[in-house]
Amino acid sequence: MDNRDTLIEVRNLKKFFTIGDNTLKAVNDISFEIKRGETLGVVGESGCGKSTAGRTILRLYDATDGDVLFEGKSIMKLNHQEMKAMRRNMQMIFQDPYASLNPRMTVGDIIGEALDIHGLATGQKRKERIQELLSLVSLNPEHMNRFPHEFSGGQRQRIGIARALAVEPKFIVCDEPISALDVSVQAQVVNLLEQLQERMGLTYMFIAHDLSMVKYISDRVAVMYLGKMVELAESDALYEKPLHPYTQALLSAIPIPDPEVERNRERIVLQGDVPSPMNPPSGCHFRTRCPKAMPECAAAVPVWKEVEPGHFAACHLYN
Amino acid sequence: MERILEVKDLQVSFHTYAGEVKAVRGVNFHVNRGEAVAIVGESGCGKSVTAQTLMKLIPMPPGEIKKGEILFNGEDIVKKSNKEMESIRGKEIGMIFQDPMTSLNPTMTVGNQIAEGLIKHQNMSRAAARDRAIELLTMVGIPQPEKRVEQYPHEFSGGMRQRAMIAIALACSPKLLIADEPTTALDVTIQAQILDLMKELQKKTGTSIILITHDLGVVAEMCDRVIVMYAGKVIETGTVDDIFYNPQHPYTKGLLRSVPRLDLNRDEPLTPIFGTPPDLLRPPVGCGFTARCESAMRVCQEIDPELNQISTTQRAACWLQHPLAQNRAGS
Repeated sequence: MDNRDTLIEVRNLKKFFTIGDNTLKAVNDISFEIKRGETLGVVGESGCGKSTAGRTILRLYDATDGDVLFEGKSIMKLNHQEMKAMRRNMQMIFQDPYASLNPRMTVGDIIGEALDIHGLATGQKRKERIQELLSLVSLNPEHMNRFPHEFSGGQRQRIGIARALAVEPKFIVCDEPISALDVSVQAQVVNLLEQLQERMGLTYMFIAHDLSMVKYISDRVAVMYLGKMVELAESDALYEKPLHPYTQALLSAIPIPDPEVERNRERIVLQGDVPSPMNPPSGCHFRTRCPKAMPECAAAVPVWKEVEPGHFAACHLYN
Repeated sequence: MERILEVKDLQVSFHTYAGEVKAVRGVNFHVNRGEAVAIVGESGCGKSVTAQTLMKLIPMPPGEIKKGEILFNGEDIVKKSNKEMESIRGKEIGMIFQDPMTSLNPTMTVGNQIAEGLIKHQNMSRAAARDRAIELLTMVGIPQPEKRVEQYPHEFSGGMRQRAMIAIALACSPKLLIADEPTTALDVTIQAQILDLMKELQKKTGTSIILITHDLGVVAEMCDRVIVMYAGKVIETGTVDDIFYNPQHPYTKGLLRSVPRLDLNRDEPLTPIFGTPPDLLRPPVGCGFTARCESAMRVCQEIDPELNQISTTQRAACWLQHPLAQNRAGS
């Protein structure tokens, strides 16, 4: 993995929203890189900023501060024309396959729109390309004149994938692409994403709250809590030896589909809810729910540190 | 063991403009006292319709209970009038719904929503009911219950709303609690809190629980027995150990193989179940799973298999269990 070059570099990225007189720090100073051909999983509970991070990296939101480099080139200062060209490289697959497809457009036109915008194919070639894309995601190419409502949830998510692939991107942000689907169908979509990655050398940022699935699909996994990244490590290392107390609690909260394992398992159950991101606790944001909180956790923000090679964490326990 | 609920050959249909949707097609199961039973299956397999029918909550019309009995404490719920049902709902049987955001009344304080059942079913005074509501909020782990009891649902977080709903469902100490995907809308750390709470309350009150979920991890954690539904029928049932370690029906095996496990290596590829469940507007003649089943035989298309006894606790509806198919089942 180390010899692969860096495709995406995120530097001190911040995205704040102003709500009335308050500032919501949805993404607050996160830095990481994604290697070419890698899958980086991002996990965290609702409101932790993982979707905002994904959208800001694609510049669907304009960042408050910080920078995102694609192949070493900053995308934050690109003008409208340059950004449009850049979008061919970076695409997104959305969470809700019911809301992210225009119900009044045929599947052919939904996928074809991407080709039209970037002037990639017209006429007969456009039709052939759409059919090729539909076969690529294992849908029947003859169904290009159908409307989204004629497809099931899993099939719609395949249409969303075909649309993202139409412009031959290098990088795709998958924002909870399977959480709206049935378990049996989730595996279909995940296997498809893996096959496509192998075949086309795609790089994924895979955002999800299902840690079992993220472990399965990702090379490395980042954990977010209240706008901050708290831990980042190789997938197996994170699951075998989680460093941050939040990661430990998160992993321990997931029920394992094995009754014998469940009967003998000690669970760390966190107290309380995630605090409001409008007014997060001082110092380490996790300290109010942390079973290992110490006085210094309230005083200072923990630094983002490489605790073991390739294993980063932001926690006072490791300073 | 004493059976608190027994469902016999339940058939429920919905009459739509397109025709009759046979959502539940002859379901049999029972729940013992103090037991937690899971109903699992994909969306559209009839698990929620079954649960709502137990409380007679399906809208009729378009819904219709075509056939069958639901014996609760020996009395048939199917025959009860709406008036009679009012004294069962919330009192004898409590229900926790999936979506805590939409199942609470936004115009009533949480305290009044909890007290409503107490005043109606237990003839409590307003003041006594309010005190009991505060006790219940404390029991489900809501901090500052005296303050919270006066608040409206929008002032609660998702996890707290689900706790409030559990408080409502448990207010009159029901003998049976039906929980329809109680944690699906919640984050994992909150899910762990809610599941812990439900287990603890079950131990304390001895309530029986029917848990509807698609999360096999939650089933392994919470339940004693499992009912697997597919296309409106029960296709396998057994103890959690039967279902997780010795599944017999290809659909049950498929469900178990399609979920990744946190505690295992990720080398093994996931094995999805291809295709989609059948359209219950035109239910298949034979076994509903035939079109997606790798081991399907000709008989599967033509005759629907009955639930066969595998062991004293386990039953499965699959032709592979037939003596003539035994050599195939081994593979």
